[in-house]
Amino acid sequence: MTTVDDETARPGRRDPAPALEVSRRPNPLERLRHVWRYRELLGNLVRKELKVKYKNSVLGFVWTLLNPALYLVVFSLVFQEVLRVQIPYYAIFFLSGLLVWNFFSTALTAGTMSITSNAQLVQKVWFPREILPLAAIGAAMVHFLLQAIVLVGALALFRRAPSFEYLPAVPVAFLVLLVLAAALAIGLSAINVYLRDTEHLLELTLLAWFWLSAIVYPYSLVADRLGPAREWIASLNPIIPIVITFQKALYNPDPARFAWYTNSPTFDPNNVLADQAAPAIPDHPIGWYLTHLAAVGIFAVVLLLGALWLFGRLEDDLAEEI
Amino acid sequence: MADAITIDSVTKVFKLAKDKPRSAKERIIRAGRISWERFLALDDVSFSVRDGETLAILGHNGSGKSTLLKCVAGTLRPTSGTITTRGRLAALLELGAGFHPDLTGRENVYLNGSILGFSKADVDAIFDDIVGFAELEEFIDQQVKHFSSGMYARLGFAVAINVDPDILLVDEVLSVGDEAFQRKCIDRIRRMQREGRTIVVVSHSTDLVRQLCDRAVVLHHGKLISEGVPGEAIRAFHDALATRGTDVPLVVEEGDHTPPVTVDPVTGELPVVVADEAEPDAGATVTIRHLEIEYPGSVQHLTPGQPLRIRVGYSASGLITDVAFGLEIFDEAGTRLMGTTTDVLEQYIHAVNGDGEVIFAFDHVPLLDGRFPIRVTIHSHDGGTIYAEREYEDAVAVMNPTRTRGTVHFPVKVEHLFNF
Repeated sequence: MTTVDDETARPGRRDPAPALEVSRRPNPLERLRHVWRYRELLGNLVRKELKVKYKNSVLGFVWTLLNPALYLVVFSLVFQEVLRVQIPYYAIFFLSGLLVWNFFSTALTAGTMSITSNAQLVQKVWFPREILPLAAIGAAMVHFLLQAIVLVGALALFRRAPSFEYLPAVPVAFLVLLVLAAALAIGLSAINVYLRDTEHLLELTLLAWFWLSAIVYPYSLVADRLGPAREWIASLNPIIPIVITFQKALYNPDPARFAWYTNSPTFDPNNVLADQAAPAIPDHPIGWYLTHLAAVGIFAVVLLLGALWLFGRLEDDLAEEI
Repeated sequence: MADAITIDSVTKVFKLAKDKPRSAKERIIRAGRISWERFLALDDVSFSVRDGETLAILGHNGSGKSTLLKCVAGTLRPTSGTITTRGRLAALLELGAGFHPDLTGRENVYLNGSILGFSKADVDAIFDDIVGFAELEEFIDQQVKHFSSGMYARLGFAVAINVDPDILLVDEVLSVGDEAFQRKCIDRIRRMQREGRTIVVVSHSTDLVRQLCDRAVVLHHGKLISEGVPGEAIRAFHDALATRGTDVPLVVEEGDHTPPVTVDPVTGELPVVVADEAEPDAGATVTIRHLEIEYPGSVQHLTPGQPLRIRVGYSASGLITDVAFGLEIFDEAGTRLMGTTTDVLEQYIHAVNGDGEVIFAFDHVPLLDGRFPIRVTIHSHDGGTIYAEREYEDAVAVMNPTRTRGTVHFPVKVEHLFNF
C-alpha cells in the first residue's frame, strides 16, 4: 500500500514515519512535485469533472461537439456570406483557431471556479490544491480532443489535408498553450476565493481577448496593418503564436503540395489558384513559428512559477474564506 | 517514544472586517473605508501528541479548537509557528469527509481514497469494509446528495477509519448518527487505540472525553490554558466557561443578603419561627429576593460529594402563614433530578413577614459534571396559591475530577468473589 507521506512500504506500524512539517509553505517546485505525487488523484478528479458535467444531461458529450459546430455555422454565414471575407475554406481556417480558443477559455473559466465549486473537498482534506484547477484543464483537454473530431470531419468534408511540414509544431504549440492555461487557471482559482467577481471579470476579458487573437480574421491583416516595425505589438498577445501555428498546420492553404490528395475526380484547379491568391497565414518557415512559441513558452513557465508562488500565499486561509 | 504531532508556538491570525468585501468591485468602491481587524484565533499554542495517545481538545465555541485541528490537518496554514506530523493522517473535520454531492457513494469512496493517497487497487481491497461499516450496502450507488446527514456522516467516518491512518483527527463528528452507530464508532476508536494509533478528538462533550481520552488540552480565546488528565482539563474547561460572562447572574437583585435569622451552625437546620398571634394579612404577597449558592471552597463550583447550601431570600409584604418553599434541581437536558418542599421535608415554615431567607443545606451533593438549573417556588401548603416562582439557569456548577461518567455519583465499592 502506498502512503501519502512516505512512498516506501512500511512493514510494521511501529516504524517511525518520517516527519512532515504541515505548517510550512512549499516553494513552487515542491508544489509541482506534490502534484506529480498526486497524479492518480488528478486523473480521478478529471473523471469526476466529466462525470458531474454530463451526468444529468441526456445528450452528454454531444453538447461539446455542438458548440464549435454552431460557431462554425454562424461565423461562416456572417463572414463568408454577409461580409464576404476573401478566405477560401473559411470554415477550416476558423475551426483551427477556435479549437485553441475553446480549450483556452473553457480551461480558464472552469479553472477559475474550480476551488470555489469544490469547497467541500478543500475544507475537509489536505491535498495539493493546484490539482483542482489542473483537473479543470484536464477536462478541457478531453473537450479539446472531441472538438478536434469536428475539425477532422470538416477537413474530410472539404477534402483538405493538414500541412505535414508544419504539423510537428502543433504538439509544441499545444504544450505551450497547456502551460499558459495552467498558470492562469492556478492563479485565478485562488484569487476567485477572495474576490468572487473574478469569474465575471474573466468572462469580459475573454470576450475581448477572443476578438484580439486573430481567430476570426487572418493574422496577416494585423501584421500588414502594424507593419514590420510594429509587429511586436501583436506578439504581446501570447495566444496569437499558438493560434497561427494551428492555423498554419491545419488550415493548409497550399494544396499543390498534396497532389495525391487532390487527385480526385471532383478536383478543380481553379480552387488551387484562389487559395494561393489569398495567403491568410504568414508564409514563414517552421522555425519562425517555433521561435515565437518558445518565447511564449518561456513566458508561460515564468508565469506558472509566479502563479504557484501566489497560490501558496493565498492558500493559507483558503478553507476559511471559501 | 516519538511524538506523532508536534505543535510549536502556533499562532493564527484572521483578518476580519465588518461586512467583509467579497469582490473586487466592493474593494474598489469601498477602498479605504474598510476597517480591518486582526483576530487572534490561535495565540502561541504549543503542545505535542505522543505516538499512540488519544488526546482531546476542549474549548467553547470560538476558542480556536477547530482552527487548530484544521491547521494540523493542513487545510489551514498557521500565521507563524510549526506543526509537524508523522505518518498518514486522516481527518474528519465537521460533517464527514469531503464528498461531492453529484457523485455516487461508490465514486466518492474512490475519490476520497485517492485524496488520501490510495490507488484504485488499495481502495478495492477495503471497499467492502467501508460500505459494511457504514451500513450503506443498498445506497452506495446513489448520489450522495440523496443521502441523509446521518448516512453522510457514517460514510465519512467509515472511510476515515478504514484507510489505516496513523493519526486520526475527529472534530465533533461523533455526535452524529444514531446511538447504535455512535457506539460502533466508539468501539472502533477503542480498537484503534489498542492498535497504537494516535487520535485527536475535538469535542465539547466532556463525557466522551472522559470516556476515551488519555489526556486533554483546553483552549480559551486561542490560548492553551490547561493540559493534563481529562478530569483536570475538564475542570479548567468549565472554569473557563464560567468566566465567559454570558451566563445568567446567580444573584438577580442587589441588596442586603445577610440572613435576618441565624441558622444553627452545627445542624444547619432552620430555626423555627413561631407565628405571631396576629391575623395574617389577606392581600399580602411574597417575592423571591435572591438565590445564593454557597460553595464549600473558594472556587465557584462543587466537586462530587461536597456539601452545598442554597439560600433563598424572600420579601413578604405582610404576614403570611400558609406558606411553603419548594426547590427543584434539573439536569442540563431539563430532567428533574430532585423536587422537594419544606412541607415534604417536614421542616415547616410557619410564617413569613418582611425580609428573610430560607436555606436548603445539603450534606453532600452526589452530582457529577455539569451546570444544573434550579427552580424555587413559594406557595401555599396545598399548592393552590403560588406566590412566587423563579428559575435559575446553570445555578449549581459541579466539576468532576474523576473518570466516572454520567450525572449522578452513586457511592460504590467493588467486591470480587471468585473460585478458580
